[in-house]
Amino acid sequence: MSLAHESNVKRIWMVFGLLSIVTIVEVGLGIVKPAILHTTSFLGTSPLNWIFIILTLVKAYYITWTFMHMEGEKKWFRRAVVWTAVFLICYLVTLLLIEGGYLYDTLSPLVRW
Amino acid sequence: MEANIAIPSDGKNTWNGGGVRPFGASYGKMMMWFFILSDALTFSGFLAAYGLTRFKFIDSWPIADEVFTHIPFIHGEYPMYYVAFMTFILIFSSVTMVLAVDAGHKMQKNKVAWYMFATIIGGLIFVGSQAWEWNTFIKGSYGAVKTTDGKILQFARDGKQIALADFVVGDRMDERVQHTRKNGLWWNKADETLPQYSVAQVVASYKADPSIQIRSEEINLDEKQKILLSREKGLAELAKGKMVVEGANLKVNEYGNTIFADFFFFITGFHGFHVFSGIVINIIIFFNVILGTYERRGHYEMVEKVGLYWHFVDLVWVFVFTFFYLV
Repeated sequence: MSLAHESNVKRIWMVFGLLSIVTIVEVGLGIVKPAILHTTSFLGTSPLNWIFIILTLVKAYYITWTFMHMEGEKKWFRRAVVWTAVFLICYLVTLLLIEGGYLYDTLSPLVRW
Repeated sequence: MEANIAIPSDGKNTWNGGGVRPFGASYGKMMMWFFILSDALTFSGFLAAYGLTRFKFIDSWPIADEVFTHIPFIHGEYPMYYVAFMTFILIFSSVTMVLAVDAGHKMQKNKVAWYMFATIIGGLIFVGSQAWEWNTFIKGSYGAVKTTDGKILQFARDGKQIALADFVVGDRMDERVQHTRKNGLWWNKADETLPQYSVAQVVASYKADPSIQIRSEEINLDEKQKILLSREKGLAELAKGKMVVEGANLKVNEYGNTIFADFFFFITGFHGFHVFSGIVINIIIFFNVILGTYERRGHYEMVEKVGLYWHFVDLVWVFVFTFFYLV
């Protein structure tokens, strides 16, 4: 709450600019799809997908920390919310994606195109 | 009884948790955060299920920027521009929301009201855009044939996908007409819409025009593009044709896997419902601001709490945008 009573207007517009630029970069890359990033593979998916995921997390960080004002909350309140979400989501996504890969390996030989 | 209650709760502050502020956050704000946490887990459950299904069908999943290519009032193909616009609108409405919260801290009633108003308008534009997206998706843009073994066959000329209307000629050959109460069983309501063309008609037109190719669902994983079948292979596949598909619903989907459409309706629908409820809550708070409720209360914390919800809706969209449209 320490920052709550100061005016953050300038910072809000700065973050808006940043989020806009990140979105424009994402959309630009999504339309152009440079072959060197799109058709190569890095750690299980294309580097382009990794760029999208990282930029998404950057946006999520700024929305949560600035707009939702997480930076002004007490440290352990912040951690109670953020760590819980991050841990459970990573756990769920990891298990489900491994399972999806297994389903593909098992079922795709049975499909005749 | 008294011994079990740490703070007397019969005062005016009952709804405020009796004024207790663990971690320096009020009861309402803390509960909003934990609600957001649980809602975030619900959304991540949906998106993770989408990921599982996509990995399961990694060699035939529809390519998103070939599906969402339309802009209102403009013809032609513009992949992603409209979704990008929707993302932008939602981020901007988040900004006006946070400006309202900021003005609330300074007790500037008029500013809070105007920023809340802008936020509501942004939300309405977003929900309207989503309705338009759904409408476009349900109507479809090209049309396809579904085979007896459940594959979707699309059509292409010179490597580019074309619509059924671009090459199908002649008459239906199956004598079918749309069933209405006037020409059929009067006690039956008109059943599902008869597609514009019949399978036999599509097959005949395919045979008649050697420039038409069939585009299968299968993806060439090296080039990340849909595979075009040879004329002979295409005809063999087309012979298995069961029905003509125009558009998408929960049962069939001209763009490919039916479950892609199911996830589209479910995830964007659930998000759209959040936006809708966010708008309703924002409107209630907007009127409270105008009526001076928070001015009399001495603080604008309610604006901050609905602001948290609104930012969360934006946060979820950032992820839906990435995993549905970009990746």
